[in-house]
Amino acid sequence: MRIRLQIWRQASRDDSGHMDTYNLDGVNPDMSFLEMMDHLNEDLTKKGHDPVAFDHDCREGVCGMCSMVINGQAHGPKQGTTTCQLYMRHFNDGDEIFVEPWRSQAFPVVKDLVVDRSAFDRVIQAGGFISNHSGPKPEPNSILIEPEVAEQALDAATCIGCGACVAACPNGSAMLFTAAKVSHLGLLPQGETERYPRARNMVKQMDKEGFGSCRNYAECEAQCPKEISIAFISRLNTDYLKASLVEPKDRRGKMKSQ
Amino acid sequence: MNQIQRFYGSSIGKKFVVAVTGVILFGFIAMHMAGNLKVFTGNTPSGVPHIDEYALFLQTLGAPMLPKMMGLWIARAVLLVCLVLHVVTVILLSQQNRRARPIPYVRSEKQAASVASRLMMVSGLVILAFIPFHILQFTTGNIQIGNRTFVHGHVYSNLYGGFSVWYGALGYAIVVTLVGFHLFHGLWSLFQTLGLDNPDRNNKIRAFSVVFSVIVTIGFVLVPLAFITGLMPSPVDYDPSLLNQINSTSNH
Repeated sequence: MRIRLQIWRQASRDDSGHMDTYNLDGVNPDMSFLEMMDHLNEDLTKKGHDPVAFDHDCREGVCGMCSMVINGQAHGPKQGTTTCQLYMRHFNDGDEIFVEPWRSQAFPVVKDLVVDRSAFDRVIQAGGFISNHSGPKPEPNSILIEPEVAEQALDAATCIGCGACVAACPNGSAMLFTAAKVSHLGLLPQGETERYPRARNMVKQMDKEGFGSCRNYAECEAQCPKEISIAFISRLNTDYLKASLVEPKDRRGKMKSQ
Repeated sequence: MNQIQRFYGSSIGKKFVVAVTGVILFGFIAMHMAGNLKVFTGNTPSGVPHIDEYALFLQTLGAPMLPKMMGLWIARAVLLVCLVLHVVTVILLSQQNRRARPIPYVRSEKQAASVASRLMMVSGLVILAFIPFHILQFTTGNIQIGNRTFVHGHVYSNLYGGFSVWYGALGYAIVVTLVGFHLFHGLWSLFQTLGLDNPDRNNKIRAFSVVFSVIVTIGFVLVPLAFITGLMPSPVDYDPSLLNQINSTSNH
């Protein structure tokens, strides 16, 4: 296969960046997209050019590191897959392929296609955990969970935190990520206790990081490699509205008679 | 107060405000459309068009408890507050969204976002610009389209005049179609924003939004369509005192 690549090149955070064109020969249709990028980088290195920097780790679709907007879609044109699970056979010989980094104010480009996603870490730090005691653990089977609820929580827990939702959203919103985290913890008994403060704190941090707002385009769901449902966004909205309008009630203290 | 400030400061809080004001504005739009259909029901036995009578009913809303025009002004004030909140909040959200993606994609491919959802700002701005124009044409009579002179309270005659020329009818039809587009996404979207949508009722909520946006659009378009095609009888002058009689009978 022979392809033509249009790739975003940016030397550093401060560089303004531009698109560069590369013609690549000898692409095997059974190469993954990342292997094709490796192939390109070998070529570039041999020629003495700077290879294209991109994020990758497990290459089996679970780590959430690979992050490329391919032909205008996060993780490329195939639904429900990460970039590493996208194969060159999904493209045609002679195709022109556009490769760009996640575009978000909250994800600054570090180099070429590598973006800094620590904004997600800070959203997690704001409440994406459960507070566990360190003493003896209860017998695991003593906490009963309805299978439907467990399945729903697991659906949300499939989020690998790759940031495709932000990249795909026309508004650059991180609602699907935050909603998945808030829901997977809030649905289970271990995380139920902190359900409302969690929703409040994670949304607060999400806004602080400079993500956009949700306009219910559902573009995130369509481009999420784990196909996480926007039903979780609806659930996050419920949790957040309750957390801000109903929940923070302090009912301790004395009252006066009359 | 702090709680409200914090809430409105968040993106979800702002979305909530847009959704709730949207519900109220939708209620108004639906009532307005239903009221407009009074043009098709003819005249009272004394010869007053039903729609003129309906306009008088709106002016005497809440009578006899409230003086004439007071109920109407209360409703107008509520709607104005909702509209301002709706628009201002959307502007704030849009600014946030624009800041969220300073560098656009060279290539961007949409998979799920509907045309209506991507046109929300366009349809919204057109509707916003249309509102003062519409009031100046049909409420105050400052803007005249067509040759017929505006007479306050004579709604049927004013509609007949305003929709007697093609650009008056067509312009109105285009705007109300955009209202339909705005509702097509907005109605479903508000359920999602209020956290009321779920996979088990998603189809029903979307069906509701489609049906209502279509009904509202058709209901609105029917009026200029009927006038411009000459299906409607020309207005007959009547003694304004007849309206006052209706007014006094309805008050006692």
